[in-house]
Amino acid sequence: MSNDHYTRLSGLEPLVITPELGFVNVGERTNVTGSARFKRLIAEEDYEEAVEVARQQVENGAQIIDVNMDEGLLDSEQAMATFLNLIAAEPDIARVPVMIDSSKWSVIEAGLRCLQGKGVVNSISLKEGEEAFVEQARRIRRYGAAVVVMAFDEHGQADHAEHMVECLSRAYRLLTEQAGYPPEDIIFDPNIFPVATGMAEHDNYAVEFINATRELKKRFPHCHVSGGLSNLSFSFRGNNTVREAMHSVFLYHAMKAGLDMAIVNAGQLAVYDEIDPDLREMVEDVVLNRRSDATERLLEAAEQYKSEARREQKDEAWREKPVAERLKYALVKGIDKHVVEDTEEARGQFDTSLEVIEGPLMDGMNHVGDLFGDGRMFLPQVVKSARVMKKAVAHLVPYLEAEQSTREKKGKVLLATVKGDVHDIGKNIVGVVLACNGFDVHDLGVMVPAEKILSEARAEEVDLIGLSGLITPSLDEMVDVAQAMNEAEFDLPLLIGGATTSRAHTALKIDPVYDGPVCWVKDASRSVDVVRKLASRQHREDYAADVRADYQSYRERQAGGRKRKPLVSIEQARANALRPDWSDHTPETPKQPGLHVVDDWPLADLVDYIDWTPFFQSWELKGRYPEILDDETIGEAARNLFDDAQAMLKRIVDEKWLTARAVYGLWPAAAEGDDVVLYTDESRAEPVERLVFLRQQADKASANLCLSDFVAPTDSGKADWIGLFAVTAGLGLEEAIERHLPANDDYAAILLKALADRLAEALAEALHARVRRQTWGYAADESLDNRDLIREHYRGIRPAPGYPACPDHSEKEKIFALLDAPGRIGVTLTESFAMLPTAAVSGYYFAHPDSQYFVVGKLGRDQVEDYARRKGVSIEQAERFLRPNLG
Amino acid sequence: MNPLPWHDPKRVDQLIKALDEHILLLDGAMGTMIQAEKLGESEFRGDRLADHGHDLKGNNDILTLTRPQVVVDIHRRFLDVDCDLVETNTFNANRISQADYGLEELAEEINFEAARLARELCREYEDKTPDRPRFVVGVIGPTNRTASISPDVSSPGFRNVTFEQLVETYREAARGLLDGGSDLIMIETVFDTLNAKAAVFAVHEEFEQRGERWPLWISGTITDASGRTLSGQTPEAFYFSIAHAEPLLVGFNCALGADQLKPHVRDLAEVAECRVSAHPNAGLPNELGEYDESPQDMARSIEPFAAGGLVNVIGGCCGTTPEHVAALGHVVAGHRPRPLPERPAA
Repeated sequence: MSNDHYTRLSGLEPLVITPELGFVNVGERTNVTGSARFKRLIAEEDYEEAVEVARQQVENGAQIIDVNMDEGLLDSEQAMATFLNLIAAEPDIARVPVMIDSSKWSVIEAGLRCLQGKGVVNSISLKEGEEAFVEQARRIRRYGAAVVVMAFDEHGQADHAEHMVECLSRAYRLLTEQAGYPPEDIIFDPNIFPVATGMAEHDNYAVEFINATRELKKRFPHCHVSGGLSNLSFSFRGNNTVREAMHSVFLYHAMKAGLDMAIVNAGQLAVYDEIDPDLREMVEDVVLNRRSDATERLLEAAEQYKSEARREQKDEAWREKPVAERLKYALVKGIDKHVVEDTEEARGQFDTSLEVIEGPLMDGMNHVGDLFGDGRMFLPQVVKSARVMKKAVAHLVPYLEAEQSTREKKGKVLLATVKGDVHDIGKNIVGVVLACNGFDVHDLGVMVPAEKILSEARAEEVDLIGLSGLITPSLDEMVDVAQAMNEAEFDLPLLIGGATTSRAHTALKIDPVYDGPVCWVKDASRSVDVVRKLASRQHREDYAADVRADYQSYRERQAGGRKRKPLVSIEQARANALRPDWSDHTPETPKQPGLHVVDDWPLADLVDYIDWTPFFQSWELKGRYPEILDDETIGEAARNLFDDAQAMLKRIVDEKWLTARAVYGLWPAAAEGDDVVLYTDESRAEPVERLVFLRQQADKASANLCLSDFVAPTDSGKADWIGLFAVTAGLGLEEAIERHLPANDDYAAILLKALADRLAEALAEALHARVRRQTWGYAADESLDNRDLIREHYRGIRPAPGYPACPDHSEKEKIFALLDAPGRIGVTLTESFAMLPTAAVSGYYFAHPDSQYFVVGKLGRDQVEDYARRKGVSIEQAERFLRPNLG
Repeated sequence: MNPLPWHDPKRVDQLIKALDEHILLLDGAMGTMIQAEKLGESEFRGDRLADHGHDLKGNNDILTLTRPQVVVDIHRRFLDVDCDLVETNTFNANRISQADYGLEELAEEINFEAARLARELCREYEDKTPDRPRFVVGVIGPTNRTASISPDVSSPGFRNVTFEQLVETYREAARGLLDGGSDLIMIETVFDTLNAKAAVFAVHEEFEQRGERWPLWISGTITDASGRTLSGQTPEAFYFSIAHAEPLLVGFNCALGADQLKPHVRDLAEVAECRVSAHPNAGLPNELGEYDESPQDMARSIEPFAAGGLVNVIGGCCGTTPEHVAALGHVVAGHRPRPLPERPAA
């Protein structure tokens, strides 16, 4: 069939216009010029109801839907795009192709930009001449749509058959010869004009159309002929019986002549044979212009048929079913129109709102989950179902809250799509489903870094953490999050979900790195049961033990190991160390050695050092500052956020909400293998501390780096130095939230924390500059603007323990002890080496011109053992500190 | 039907002739091969981007500029197993995807370099075996945004990218690919057909401006058991939506292994008026997200595509190594390519 000249259109599903199809119904109700109701809905922006109009058209058999927004008072381009985007999310509607109906080119183009399927443009014509016609036709073809050509040329709209055929034949030639159209993508509209208007010159319009149709189909058999049917019966507005009879009779005859498409009200077509014979004959006289008094006779008779006007028939049979069935139907079909009233009705039948959720609503969602799993529903439908569910739950929330005051709170679940992954549909569904079941859901969104998950989990005091991811790299990220949770000594249940996750990965990679309960959840509808068990203090232990035992046995079965790319031995790695030529470089002696403290760094001086890009990232606004402010899509959001941030920053500075402190010092130092030894003074006689670092063990051509490579070794004959620092800008944060922010204003509180973090980073940057230019002074004449600073266009680095070049967080202890950071600036370390206040940065200064940031990566067992020995800890402890880097 | 002349009619003739004579072999998974190199952050950065403000690890496309040798070596390994069609390392080399790394300004340059590099290698291999032309397939990936799906479940009408933005993005990529010497353009891994339509629009605008055209190849992605694209289209609806591009080749790639993909390729072959391709993944990812189908198993699953006359080009997506491609080449060698359906005159 691929080699026939059939018109092939598509929505989500194909529509091939074969002769067997007879005639194609194009739904006309989503047309502001033809439907007063639709016009009102669009004008009032009641898009929800407007979408229902489209759904009814399709349910009533429309094979294409015509969308028209040509109304002077509307922003037609905007309305077209908004409506098409909305129906694209309705699989029951989007399965059919769309006909974009407008006389305005800009509206047509706005519509074409929203259609993934192959639609139809209705219409273009020769009205403005051949050049404009060909230009528009080419563009439509480039967008991939078929086209309706109206019989309209430079002389006007054609109203008799010869003119219709002449102008459409010319259009055909231009389309096929100059605009690259295959004949089957061309649809003619010879113009259906009203008949029975009382003016004799209108009486033959229908006959002219039918005659033109016959000739066009003869000349161009692969093309189609279409028309807007409701125009024909314009003079009988208000009398649907007569109008439907006229449409039916017209179609009957025009189809015999070759009409194979028409824009109709798909729900209102009378069957030709079932029309009252008397009426049919009178209508036939009018349509076929068979007698001169035909109009008068039909007008006279029309009144008696009017009373019989049928009510609009809708396929609403499902509304007759019991309420539980209706809810299920609405969820599966994604129809939210009646869901509030049905939910309310269901509430009357159950003791509590929760039972409504757990009963009919969850039954419906489980059904959706099953259909999805079987491949009988697909993603857009599931998303639509979730929306209906959300709406039902929103209705129940006030009742749930009232009920919950009398019952145990069910628990709070933190949900996040892990860093590096933007897929959140599944996670959102889980969120909705859990919320439906009375859990308090704290959703952090997408691309959430581990630190944020941990800090939010603490801040929000959640009972469970759920991680989601769709892409393969998210698997590693989840292990990292689990690892980080373990390091931070979390014991909350951790749920793993998302397309790429599996029981095997959870059992083999995640469960072993986290001491708390870990559980893989297959899909959203199964999440409730798992969460309910794990959130309950009573059941948690038993259930977690079961799952753990299951994973344990899985691991045992899998034992035997998997091969990995081998690392080089630590000896080989050391042999391939970076060896800067020390004869070529003499480390500068610091201008101001020793320890320095800044008790109150003026906040105003830090403002210029702020790197705003991560600030926007923390709000999930992706893009580089300042360009992000002019971003077409998120620019407005970014600007609003930036304005709020500036306003708050001004208050932070002016009213001194926060205090910024820094402590830093420079010590005589020398590298000893992968360690760096710090001395009490320049005699370098008495070591005061030994910093232990890690070396890359990947099998690579370039050097296997270790931070100690950037410090002159004892035997180099050069006297080198190293710097240590700790800064904070978070002192006073909690008080500021308490005193200056409105109660329960989450937005303001998060904004303040984000700004405190930025100020701490800014202080680290500012301090580093001071050290380079003054304290150490090796770059006294350095002059860089903020952009260069952010891009690290300067000599030297300041890596921080816990970051890729030195992944062991526990080394912070040495920095904190040497600097006495707790005593001098009030920053402490938690048992898991997290800094408090959190708006703090600590690390090392290396000044060698070759010093660079790098990633240590995977470590061999040999290095871990060696590291434990150097650090003076057990191998088990070392493994705990280095878990993410273990092979 | 497109009136523009070919950029290089001789080359297009060679390609069509090759397609009609043999089932051609497309190369395998650049991404998988790069991943296997286990490159670190500093290697992705190279000297040129050593001081760049974003992490670059995982930005495979940037390696063309920062570690070209890695890309060259992978191309060579595929050429050494007799691939006819070499895909440029440009899956994410577009302004939108690169913006995640703060490298949007390099998008065009990456495309240019990637095509130039593939071009040089193809020329080198052609010089060795002049009877066997090697073609550079300029790859345009989908970007990481969808034009017809809302990222926000509660706001179905919302879109985080517009058609116009996509057109601009794809056009820039196409410019680089064409200037760099691509023989044809492949719009691939189409999970949202509206994105693909924007790419077609962009490429055609670029052709029009240049007054000449290049062959097009469009390859969609069926995401799961529903047998639909992520944006919900059936294989037929997908083809109808992009047929106006008058592609030389249409096919499916990624997401599924050969066994799962086959029925959908058959649906496509039923309706396609052009040549048909398939480059499935090396099976489905195992529970650890790794592709572990052996070359022999993959080849066994692929053979029915060739034996059934479904395809003109075969290759592999995620997980496909040179060993896999060699095995594929071996099993399809004895089979005839799918004949082009005849179309009666209008």
